[in-house]
Amino acid sequence: MATPAPQTLAGKPDREAAAPVMSAANIGWTAAIVVFVALWQFGGALKWAFDYPKAYAIPAQRWIGSSMKWLLNEASFGLFTFTDLTRFVAAVIDFPYRIVLSLLSTGFLSGQGSSAVQILPPLSWIAVIAIATLIGFHAGGRKLAILVAACFAFLAAFGQWTSAMVTLASILVAVPLGVILGLLLGIAAYRWPRFERALTPILDLMQTIPVFAYLVPILFLFGFGPTAAVVATLIYAMPPMTRIAALALRGVPSEIRDLGKMIGCTRRQMTWRVLVPSAKDSLMVGVNQVIMLSLNMVIIASMIGAGGLGFDVLAALRRLDIGAGLEAGIAIVVLAVALDRVSQAYARRTADAPAPAGAGLIARNPYTVASLAIVVVAALAGLAVPAVQTYPEALHVSTGPFFSDIVGWINVNFFDTLEALKNAVLLNVLVPFKRLLGGLPWAGVVVLLAFAGWRLGGARLALLVGVLSFLIAATGQWEKATITVYLCGISVIVAALIGIPVGILSAERERLWRWVQVVIDTLQTLPSFVYLMPAVMLFRVGDFTAMIAVVAYAVAPAIRYTALGLQKVDPQLIEAGRAMGCTPAQILTKIKLKLALPEILLGLNQTIMFALSMLVITSLVGTRDLGQEVYIALTKADTGRGLVAGLAVAFIAIIADRLIGAGAARSRKRLGLV
Amino acid sequence: MSFRNRMTYSAIAALAISGAVALSPAKAQESTDPIKLTLHDWTGQLITTELMGEILKKAGYSIEYVQADYLAQFAGLESGDLHVAMEMWETTGRDAMDASFATGKTENFGPTGMKAKEEWWFPEYMKEKCPGLPNWEVLKDEKCAEAFSTAETAPKGRYLGGPVTWGGFDDERVEALGLPFEVIHAGTDAALFAELESAYQRQAPIMLWIYAPHWAPAKYKGEWIEFPEYTKECYTDAAWGSNPDALYDCGKPFGEIWKVGWAGVKDKWPGAHKAITAFTIDNDEMGAMITKVDLDGKKVSEVVAEWMGANEARWSEWIKK
Repeated sequence: MATPAPQTLAGKPDREAAAPVMSAANIGWTAAIVVFVALWQFGGALKWAFDYPKAYAIPAQRWIGSSMKWLLNEASFGLFTFTDLTRFVAAVIDFPYRIVLSLLSTGFLSGQGSSAVQILPPLSWIAVIAIATLIGFHAGGRKLAILVAACFAFLAAFGQWTSAMVTLASILVAVPLGVILGLLLGIAAYRWPRFERALTPILDLMQTIPVFAYLVPILFLFGFGPTAAVVATLIYAMPPMTRIAALALRGVPSEIRDLGKMIGCTRRQMTWRVLVPSAKDSLMVGVNQVIMLSLNMVIIASMIGAGGLGFDVLAALRRLDIGAGLEAGIAIVVLAVALDRVSQAYARRTADAPAPAGAGLIARNPYTVASLAIVVVAALAGLAVPAVQTYPEALHVSTGPFFSDIVGWINVNFFDTLEALKNAVLLNVLVPFKRLLGGLPWAGVVVLLAFAGWRLGGARLALLVGVLSFLIAATGQWEKATITVYLCGISVIVAALIGIPVGILSAERERLWRWVQVVIDTLQTLPSFVYLMPAVMLFRVGDFTAMIAVVAYAVAPAIRYTALGLQKVDPQLIEAGRAMGCTPAQILTKIKLKLALPEILLGLNQTIMFALSMLVITSLVGTRDLGQEVYIALTKADTGRGLVAGLAVAFIAIIADRLIGAGAARSRKRLGLV
Repeated sequence: MSFRNRMTYSAIAALAISGAVALSPAKAQESTDPIKLTLHDWTGQLITTELMGEILKKAGYSIEYVQADYLAQFAGLESGDLHVAMEMWETTGRDAMDASFATGKTENFGPTGMKAKEEWWFPEYMKEKCPGLPNWEVLKDEKCAEAFSTAETAPKGRYLGGPVTWGGFDDERVEALGLPFEVIHAGTDAALFAELESAYQRQAPIMLWIYAPHWAPAKYKGEWIEFPEYTKECYTDAAWGSNPDALYDCGKPFGEIWKVGWAGVKDKWPGAHKAITAFTIDNDEMGAMITKVDLDGKKVSEVVAEWMGANEARWSEWIKK
């Protein structure tokens, strides 16, 4: 095998130039870079290579805009229109949602609006807490029961109950749908590689086109309200489940698969009785991601009529009530933790011993009976004592102005120090990098990317990467795209530099890992708005604040996947290494990290995806990137403009993903991991 | 189908149509479906909407509040999923309104009576560092501009403008009036006020875009810059104003705050349509209510109930049949 060049990221050609070995591959790289630099430095006369000529621009905005209009107003299947179909889907989703919402929040009503009469009250807060605790106990014993009870008690005590139940209702509908659809698609992708090839770009698009870009069409198609919010949540939260499902099924050891074949499993049995159960651990990571991402959408969902905690966060921060915003934000986190831990516990739980034959109804279903009893008793008691039905307002606690005061105190005492720090980073790192990227000729970048694709993955990859990057330039998004790459690129590097070491450190320390998990779950579900506004107070609007928000959000997958990869390394191999006299450092670098590389790279991929998905938020602190373009398009209700910018974001993601993927595949081959 | 038959059919159809047209205003059947009003995320709008909602309830309508984004709501208003939006600001919502009215599916219910004021604003303590404020001419003084500068913009002053989506022509204004200022755009108004709060706590220099009715002018002491007053010509005729070669050499316009909604409201709930169109309130009333909620910590519903009690004569006029 030829000595391959240590190429990893296409964006770091300087490492290539410094490589000591001059193999054939390196000569190719050097030549490409020399040509690129020459064009960049001395190609000033070739104006078209720097600014894409307007006369040749592709009017994609107009095309997409008018085809969207056609889809919304005219598309028809003969008997019914496309809009009828989507409205029907909306009605199907709406039905379970209404039931859950009635149970948790509004009660069962007769009539609509303010003239509606309540027939049955919703579950009282005591009943909900008791049922949640019972579920916790059923799933994971006393410890989990206490955790779940504490989570829900927090919601009641901090006065978040009403909003939290609205949010919970939409999550309880969105998450199972996301998990089931995601799993089915994952299985299909595992079975039919061709299907997977078609599906992967769609998943990438779903995960990376900013939600704001397709919000307007979704509202038209699915109606304004919680259902549209559920659909938007599904589009955003499902892809990781599908990806992880396909990866997990492929990761099932061949012995297990052979066993299944030997005992004569049918295809269906093989899938549901052998593969899915043995991939359960990894699949649960997918479930975790669906829950986390669904809760992450709570803010945007609240903008289109879902209400709930997201609305409280937005409203609190608009009046700069940091404490109230944080309380509502933490309530989202608390919901996430409760849901996630219960689902994890169910996955781990071994099947119950069957109840002895001939036992009565109560002995066979103790939990169901107990829950029903609590509901009835609480409802009856609630009629007599209102405090049982709704948590008494007098007992609400609040942090009040505490957090605003803390931020104020930091602001008054440390602003100058922070400002100096910010200016140093801004002037020495961010601005030069931004200038560098902004000055590159688009034609050169397209060719260089295509060349990298060719070296790493052959002609097909070169074509894909070249065409996608050309399209970004041809649709007039180049300048904003470079700002996007600059902001996300720096943030991803910082997130990886923090995330991978933390993942390594915490992978084997059970206790630390548990705390780290709490932190990353918090980072992933706490609406970034909550910490974005204090960050604006301390660092002003601009790129630095945006970077903080992106890093805080994107660091989670870097940590999670690193730790997961390390934890999955076969202990026998580590034992073997130890027996051969490896030092702990050698075990880490030569065995564990190498074997965990696929997971770590998946983590890096997800870090990039997460960073790009934060563009919507960063546009709220005044960046001038593609996210801002999407946001402006939303405010002008210009679907074409929004989708073109959204697609440019997705193209950047796909280019990064494919190049890293190809590079990873090569290095894996070299390491003999395949 | 023979020609005769076709004649009969069309005659029947024509009859049916004319009958429907003749009957509907006479009967004026009001729907019992709930009227959906949208809630956004700022206090003033919550108050306006809840006022309207309570008034409609008094008139016997069924009301539902739906939380929706200020701009994304138009999709719902056009399809009839949502019905009434009580505050669309001329200054920030013009494009969205124009685009939506053009579809013919939404309708302007007229002005709320409140006027949006938007302008450059500075805290009171800046008068010491820059004597002569709020007159805009002193901003041309480099020393004065420098008082508003930061490391990134020095020696130019830093002006924190609204989100780009708000428009406002501040870049052009700076150019036209020759102000040594750099315009930085906040991405959202929450960020705008976060910066103000931060600067105010430290008594640090800041110049930014503030709008009213809002709680900020009540909470923070400060003034609006007095630019040459806005006229229509200033924005359309370069010759107007101190700079003969440029537009926008004046202040920002005052704007109406409009009530808009689904075009079907008029037919479905004619009485409600009348009440919504009649609804008006002025800046001072609204400013006082916003202050009660955001600064005194009262609930929106309490403040609304207070207003309803004090102004019964006014609102009962709006819902009179």
